[in-house]
Amino acid sequence: MRRLSLLLSLLLSIAGALSAQVTFDRLVNAAKEPQNWLTYSGNMMSQRYSPLDQITPQNVKNLELKWVFQARSLEKFEATPLVVDGIMYTVQAPNDVVALDPVTGRVFWTYAYSPSPLSRPCCGRVNRGVAVVGDTLFMGTIDAHLLAIDAKNGKPLWNTTVAKPEAGYAITHAPLVIKDKVIVGVAGGEFGIRGFIAAYDVKSGKEVWRFNTIPGPGEPGHETWAGDSWKTGGASVWMTGSYDPALNLTYWGIGNAGPDYNGDLRLGDNLYSSAVVALDADTGKIKWHYQFSPHDEFDYDAVQVPVLADINWQGSLRKVMLWANRNGFFYVLDRATGKFLLGKPFVEVNWASGFDEAGRPMRVAGKLPTPEGTVIFPGNQGGTNWYSPSFSPRTGLFYIPSWVNYSSVYIKANAEYEEGKRFVGTSPRSLIGGAAGGTSKINTRKEDEGYGAVRAIDPMTGDRKWEFKMNDVTDAGILTTGSDLLFSGGREGYFYALNARNGELLWKANVGGAVASGPMSYAVNGKQYFAISAGNSLFVYGLRE
Amino acid sequence: MRLLPLALLAALPAALFAQHTYTPADIQEGGRLFRANCVLCHGPDGDQVQGIDLGHGRFRQTYSENALVRIIQNGIPGTGMPSNNLQDFQAEIVLAYLRSIATSGRAVSGNGDAARGKAIFEGKGNCASCHRVNGVGSRVGPDLSDIAALRRNVEIERSLLEPNEEVLPQNRTYRVVTKQGETISGRLLNVDTFTVQILDAKERLLSFSRSDLRESGFVNESPMPSYRGKLSTQELADVVAYLLSLKGI
Repeated sequence: MRRLSLLLSLLLSIAGALSAQVTFDRLVNAAKEPQNWLTYSGNMMSQRYSPLDQITPQNVKNLELKWVFQARSLEKFEATPLVVDGIMYTVQAPNDVVALDPVTGRVFWTYAYSPSPLSRPCCGRVNRGVAVVGDTLFMGTIDAHLLAIDAKNGKPLWNTTVAKPEAGYAITHAPLVIKDKVIVGVAGGEFGIRGFIAAYDVKSGKEVWRFNTIPGPGEPGHETWAGDSWKTGGASVWMTGSYDPALNLTYWGIGNAGPDYNGDLRLGDNLYSSAVVALDADTGKIKWHYQFSPHDEFDYDAVQVPVLADINWQGSLRKVMLWANRNGFFYVLDRATGKFLLGKPFVEVNWASGFDEAGRPMRVAGKLPTPEGTVIFPGNQGGTNWYSPSFSPRTGLFYIPSWVNYSSVYIKANAEYEEGKRFVGTSPRSLIGGAAGGTSKINTRKEDEGYGAVRAIDPMTGDRKWEFKMNDVTDAGILTTGSDLLFSGGREGYFYALNARNGELLWKANVGGAVASGPMSYAVNGKQYFAISAGNSLFVYGLRE
Repeated sequence: MRLLPLALLAALPAALFAQHTYTPADIQEGGRLFRANCVLCHGPDGDQVQGIDLGHGRFRQTYSENALVRIIQNGIPGTGMPSNNLQDFQAEIVLAYLRSIATSGRAVSGNGDAARGKAIFEGKGNCASCHRVNGVGSRVGPDLSDIAALRRNVEIERSLLEPNEEVLPQNRTYRVVTKQGETISGRLLNVDTFTVQILDAKERLLSFSRSDLRESGFVNESPMPSYRGKLSTQELADVVAYLLSLKGI
């Protein structure tokens, strides 16, 4: 153990010496420095898997609270922190960047940004984290700016206007750095925006390329939008993408078409809404796409983090993408070509009965929004949503934060576009009290009225291996570790550890507020820690000494 | 018994408080509010509007302190003076800051050339070895990218000539000696009963547990050298002009 600590200390001092250079190579090879957490999902494959193994199923019961950072904000704390060579960076909602000592939680500096009062993010003035390369941090803001900030002293280096906040544009996800570019997409799918993903030069903040998530006239896919509906069709981006360096492709999940619940105004498949796109990282040109929910009317954003894995698929190693979608299906795609390999429900689904050979979902007759209302499984919060799943290369299992037995009543109503106003049709009703929106400290729901769970899926078959049930639903991401631990939480306000092989509960702590973020792990001076934000605070746990 | 005077004070009309004294922190906050709300028209020294010199109490007519507070809050209809969303106390400390201008004197270096000043900053003055501007230079000293938004010309000039005279709290130097005997000093970022956070001379963000330190404390002497006698009056004016062009992003 002591030897391990010494080795880690040595690694740390080397990393410290190199700390002026968080090179892009380091981001790609993040697995080689497990003490750090360099990107939103921990690595470019977005597996939210930490190879650290000091804390094990045997000693996890000895975890204790090390420190708390209370944000000066009552917003949901959705950010995943980065840890870079012994410094932690996170975001206090809406857009204050904070540098902390990850051992004590004491603050080195705070950069406070005042977003425009014109900003109007749909679902909270939230931010999910920063990106880093070199000595520079990058943050998207709720008024749709992209900022570069000096990681050493918190001074802004450039501030680029990405889009108009008064038209409903916002940036809530952590940016993704690829080579000399920083990539973001825009939220605003409930405001009739026209979505896009854009890359900016890390030094100057100048736009290098832009991919419109709704093709314009003359571009392939434009024909999937009736009339002028493409101009206000949504297709937002609000979760961080992934990157395969060998293919030089970056993958991004695209949000719902707008208006959300009335497709009559936008007849057609509405590409690339509710789809995943694979873009050339240098040019932004599209290589392939797969649309999970053509002509979506259920708010099934495909905003989940694209999880990349190299797995043995039917006898040979294959580069795949694992995806548990808001629409209730679990998918395996070939990430070089986009070929559909497998699709299977991971929760109750009644809007589609399966897939044709090309991988297009087969719709169930009558299961669509109507003026009288139609019950659809899963409901509009989805079978899962933005909170990260995890893939453990050790167990080979894919872990999904799931909403089980959950439905909404979808009602069709007219919608008229007006800049900056909500453009959704009417909102779905929930059969489940409290599940549609806010958090509550009280839950009186029966199991058949909906519950939250961590579901472990075998990617080879889509079969469920085990399930950890919670009474209330969940907005918590999942982390797995090199010692086969799994960490997650939920709206009930617990942070807990499971055995990743069988779902057995090993440890829990009451953090006193809903967990609406993903856990992460890091090490400093040879000691492993876990961080989770809950309520409006960030909590860090380590072994009792 | 001791509460009685306080209770009496509380009953006094607010106007009498206009005469009360202000702490250095009040005046600093007043300066921040002045720069955020007023400087665009009135200038950093408060003398840019013709016939008005805020720092020396020169107005187009005589106003009481209370009247000035109301003007700050409500503006003057029909003129360029707009209303400002400031509380009574905030308006009062803006006035306190303006009064402090009168006692801080004026810059002696006169008009400078910002382009020449930039060359001196990066060359002869060797300023970038400690200071950073727009991402270039060392972070050990204060980052000056937005110094014009924070300091007046007289204050900048004074820092160049008499660097020890005023060091802002956020720029204080701190020194620690570890139990192993290593001495590290740098800009103090944060200190509490149990820990210390600094940015050291190698630009590392360091956090120490005070139980691991043999000694720790403030360094009273600023690491900034005086440029008195090292730069000519014109060169000094050029550097000040350059720094006053740095308004942040």
